[in-house]
Amino acid sequence: MTTAVLDAPTHLDSPRGGSFLALVRHAGALAKRSLIKTVRTPEALIDVTIQPVIFLLMFTYLFGGAIADGDRHGYLQLLLPGMLAQSLAMGSIALGQNLNSDIEKGVFDRFRSLPVSRSAPLVGAVLADIVRYATVSVVTLGFGMIIGFRIETGTTATLGAIALAIAFGLCFGWISVWVGMKVRTPGAVQGVMFLLVFPLSFGSDVFVPAGTLPGWLQGFVKVNPITHLVGAERGLLIGGPVAHHLWLTLAWMAGLLVVFVPLALRAYSKRT
Amino acid sequence: MDDLVVRAEGLRKRFGKTQALDGVDLAMRRGTVLGVLGPNGAGKTTAVRVLATLLRPDEGTAFVAGVDVLREPQKVRRRIGLTGQYASVDEDLTGTQNLVLIGRLLDLTTRDARKRAAELLEWFDLTEAAGRPAKTYSGGMRRRLDLAASLVGHPEVIFLDEPTTGLDPAKREDMWGVVRTQVAQGSSVLLTTQYLEEADALADEIVVVNHGKVIAQDTPDGLKRRVGGQTLRIRPADPSRLPDVLEILGRVASPGTTAAPDAAAGSRPGAASVPVPDDSALDDVIPALRRAGIEINEFGLHLPSLDEVFHTLTGGENDKKKTEALV
Repeated sequence: MTTAVLDAPTHLDSPRGGSFLALVRHAGALAKRSLIKTVRTPEALIDVTIQPVIFLLMFTYLFGGAIADGDRHGYLQLLLPGMLAQSLAMGSIALGQNLNSDIEKGVFDRFRSLPVSRSAPLVGAVLADIVRYATVSVVTLGFGMIIGFRIETGTTATLGAIALAIAFGLCFGWISVWVGMKVRTPGAVQGVMFLLVFPLSFGSDVFVPAGTLPGWLQGFVKVNPITHLVGAERGLLIGGPVAHHLWLTLAWMAGLLVVFVPLALRAYSKRT
Repeated sequence: MDDLVVRAEGLRKRFGKTQALDGVDLAMRRGTVLGVLGPNGAGKTTAVRVLATLLRPDEGTAFVAGVDVLREPQKVRRRIGLTGQYASVDEDLTGTQNLVLIGRLLDLTTRDARKRAAELLEWFDLTEAAGRPAKTYSGGMRRRLDLAASLVGHPEVIFLDEPTTGLDPAKREDMWGVVRTQVAQGSSVLLTTQYLEEADALADEIVVVNHGKVIAQDTPDGLKRRVGGQTLRIRPADPSRLPDVLEILGRVASPGTTAAPDAAAGSRPGAASVPVPDDSALDDVIPALRRAGIEINEFGLHLPSLDEVFHTLTGGENDKKKTEALV
């Protein structure tokens, strides 16, 4: 077919700076959009600010005495890295909910009609969550220290602990993205994600020593990624071996990306 | 040389049990407005989503601005602007932030994106509201911002999916003005609408779709000639005089049409309507009604409603002769 058009300059048809740089730039612009929304609605940060505080208080003062036989401080030392992991997992739920409601509102139709990579809106939303995961890390550590938690390692290890927490959140968040693409309403995203997050966070040694659990449950605890994340965080914050749990955590993170990024992208492009 | 900026042939798309598009052909010339007219569920939105690369058809081909929509969607996306059926601006972002984001996604530098945003906001009379989140905007302002967002990249082809649905008549006319200006500046616009009045006001050509099929394609004048340029509707005070009214109306009917009890959906029975070529019919009808002593409750001359257009185009099933005379 011949056309009257197409005297348009050729650079029009390929993104500036190649497709990878374009993805980074577009995802950055879309991440900024999510951040603006977060700043405008600070109440959307309750799940990464007030909620971890309440959980810390509850488990330390309500259950801590009973579980740790009176040694509240000793319990808090073990509990806090675990609470951090649980809050990260819970904090990822909002991501899927927000994406789900964006799609329902038609905002994503506009993005899809623009010459950006299909994955850019999803990658942008995931990247913006760095702020939420950093917040949850700082709030948990900061409030923990107010009620008596002591970091027994150094600054480098502490920063490493926070970096690991954020990185894990970024990988785990893709599950939430995928669920957000698959189900119909934001409420359903939360429902499905709770079904996943509760068994993972409670079916670990976050709250009780794994030795007190029945054998079959110990088996689950051993493969649970949250267990290994908590192990690595404990090592980085209160000392002890780190390598074993760290490698397993990194392996889990890679696994989550390999499985859920393609699943999420496919679900996104199928969603009309 | 082919001067068609939109050219679609044999588009088919099925969603489950619904055949949303059942072999749609569309052609739009450069620099013109094509109005796609049809009721809810006719397939208008599906057709726009296919052309705007949001949806892959099951069958058929489509070229937009000379580019194959199925083979090179990214290239098409650099040449189009889309305003969806529901204003899809981001409510938490300000007017400026909404437009700058689109500019950045179109690979403008931050500075150029800001410049373009300011330009469009000014043009759409939104400068004062530029720094406010879009959720504080009125319905009309949102639509304008939404339309501005689709123009950031100076698109060759603009798709507007029911751009005025839900707007009051004054706001509707504002939007029409905006569309006309775009066309005057060289854009080509494909718009869908449920209002014949809107298609008549804006479109160079009208495609009527129903049940996923094109049932008529014509200029606004041609279409009005076919369905009767205007419709004269009369409701006698005494319903038993309806046959007399029909008889009188029959004398002024457009060639090839007949007066009939009013067919518009949702209207109370007891009225009669007839397609007339122009308002000179009134000169005959009013004296005749007086002579016959028929009192009138309702008397109106208007463009045919969408229902009447469909009634005529589809022949109303029970009026075969009328259909043959028309087609």
